[in-house]
Amino acid sequence: MEKVSTVTGVAMPLKRSNVDTDQIIPAVFLKRVTKTGFDDALFYAWRQDPEFVLNRPEFTGARILFAGSDFGTGSSREHAVWALRDYGFDAVLSPRFGDIFRGNSGKQGLLTGEISEDAMEKIWAIIDARPGIEASIDLVAKTARIGDLTVPFEIDDYTRWRLLEGLDDIGLTLRDEAQITQFEGRRESWRPRTLPVQQVAGE
Amino acid sequence: MTTRSESSRPRTLAEKVWDDHLVVKGEDGSPDLLYIDLHLVHEVTSPQAFDGLRLAGRPVRRPDLTIATEDHNTPTLDIDKPIADLTSRTQIDTLRKNAAEFGIRLHSLGDVEQGIVHVVGPQLGLTMPGITVVCGDSHTSTHGAFGAMAFGIGTSEVEHVLATQTLPLKPFKTMAITVEGTLRPGVTAKDIILAVIAKIGTGGGQGYVLEYRGSAIRSLSMDGRMTVCNMSIEAGARAGMVAPDQTTYDYLEGRAHAPKGADWDAAVEYWNTLATDDDAAFDAEVFLDANELEPFVTWGTNPGQGVSLSESIPDPSLIIDPNERASAERALEYMDLEAGTPLKDVHVDAVFMGSCTNSRIEDLRAFASIIKGQKKADGVRVMVVPGSARVRIEAEAEGIDKIVTEFGAEWRFAGCSMCLGMNPDQLAPGERCASTSNRNFEGRQGKGGRTHLVSPLVAAATAIRGTLSSPWDLENAGVPSAPEGVHA
Repeated sequence: MEKVSTVTGVAMPLKRSNVDTDQIIPAVFLKRVTKTGFDDALFYAWRQDPEFVLNRPEFTGARILFAGSDFGTGSSREHAVWALRDYGFDAVLSPRFGDIFRGNSGKQGLLTGEISEDAMEKIWAIIDARPGIEASIDLVAKTARIGDLTVPFEIDDYTRWRLLEGLDDIGLTLRDEAQITQFEGRRESWRPRTLPVQQVAGE
Repeated sequence: MTTRSESSRPRTLAEKVWDDHLVVKGEDGSPDLLYIDLHLVHEVTSPQAFDGLRLAGRPVRRPDLTIATEDHNTPTLDIDKPIADLTSRTQIDTLRKNAAEFGIRLHSLGDVEQGIVHVVGPQLGLTMPGITVVCGDSHTSTHGAFGAMAFGIGTSEVEHVLATQTLPLKPFKTMAITVEGTLRPGVTAKDIILAVIAKIGTGGGQGYVLEYRGSAIRSLSMDGRMTVCNMSIEAGARAGMVAPDQTTYDYLEGRAHAPKGADWDAAVEYWNTLATDDDAAFDAEVFLDANELEPFVTWGTNPGQGVSLSESIPDPSLIIDPNERASAERALEYMDLEAGTPLKDVHVDAVFMGSCTNSRIEDLRAFASIIKGQKKADGVRVMVVPGSARVRIEAEAEGIDKIVTEFGAEWRFAGCSMCLGMNPDQLAPGERCASTSNRNFEGRQGKGGRTHLVSPLVAAATAIRGTLSSPWDLENAGVPSAPEGVHA
């Protein structure tokens, strides 16, 4: 996972609340064998409407989603995060998130920050006035800036630390890599090897 | 030679294996980091794990401790033709691509080492005492029969093991399941584990590693011990274990990946230290009398809903616990059974002999010993599916394929087959099956299918009579009973 300290890019408004993960990605897409390639599945039902915000050319290449309250509720599917990431989003801001979705996001490097309803209304107004405007998220300062407006956002310290350090679950374990290597050094030679011996690097 | 830290505290088998795989001891409630000796991979739970590695630019840390096979989606007929179902074919193709890209040994359909992942590992001699084994499959508990710590994991954990060869794990509790006595002829390892699950329930083992002990367990062959450990997960336990002994060593010695020479001697010396210390304490203990056991069968839709085959279908109204009562009522409705009906009056449409629970050579021998020279009952479909291509070859060398086909049954290629509805082998809605597999869940063997879990011997007797039957019923009918000690 890459380290995240600031995210700057086109801001996209999603003026809906209670966007559950079935809306983010319908169940029919769960049969796939990949973690990627879900960009076409993001908000699949809503995208059929040509007026939907994802279809508006001024928001092409958006990286930051400003969504209504209770974003990512419902089913635990990790695919919801994969779809947002595949589409190109690096950050989602909302007044409130579904718990599981927020947890899944942290593991996949998607920044989720909570801002007040009041701040969200102001941000939407700014985007409405200047569609395609860029926003900037500063994870160190925990602020979002768009136009002349700078607002604070909330993110839990542990998730913030992991994002700043670029640590997913595997990344966390790999901090102990020296100990893993040390352990491997003292493993007995009788323990199983799946490959023929000559293909195996010496331990 | 072993350089492990010696502990003076009396420990169980499971605790010893755990301690010897500790990479980092967790502090303040955080999990321990455990080293994984052997990672088994199949096509269903691995695609997103490999994709995760690709996204993060990570290699597989130890391809030499990882091995893959194709089993869940594979057909057991026409294996030389492209797989008809597109989703299944995509999963298989994806595994082949991933194995090639990440340098992992894969045994594909048609390969002599292909088969059910839990049959392949032990058969190659990769599964051995005192190691940790994981796989994205809940029946990984099978490998505990060797005194290994073996458990199923999810896809994100599969990715974690591929990348780091470790897993963060919270410590478990230990439960001793002691089975003393001598099994009567016709009673098998499968009957032991079905009786254990009926006794402690499908959630009874939750949070525990089970250790099977006692004279009845000691007298089981490795194939029998694998059957017992396989279904630990059906009692809610992630892992089940049997301490290694001479039976274990005799099975292992000489297998392709078993230690050789000085390594073998060092390994045996270490393995002999693994048995639970005499004064070690278990968190829970369960006892079972092997002398009393009869052939067992499930009547409901979870593996805990089982009774002796000589009994009748229980009356839900006599069950005190309201949740269990409701579950039993629902189960009888789904199974289309009436309380009070003798189980031996229940007719079946199909018999499935196979799955990671009962598809090894001894299982096939036990089945064949009963059906030899007989004809299957009219109108009953009987399918015999070896657990691996090697088991199939071995069985054919012994003439078991001929016994099976002359009986009127189908002799198939290796795979998970009718244990789960992921491949073409499925029950039709409403069909009733006596199955040597491990799960009698609603729809498990096909939408609307009805499953009775049984041993290979009961499956064979049932295939002959067309009603749920044990070898004892055949004896009454003038058919020889199972040979003394078969499958024991």
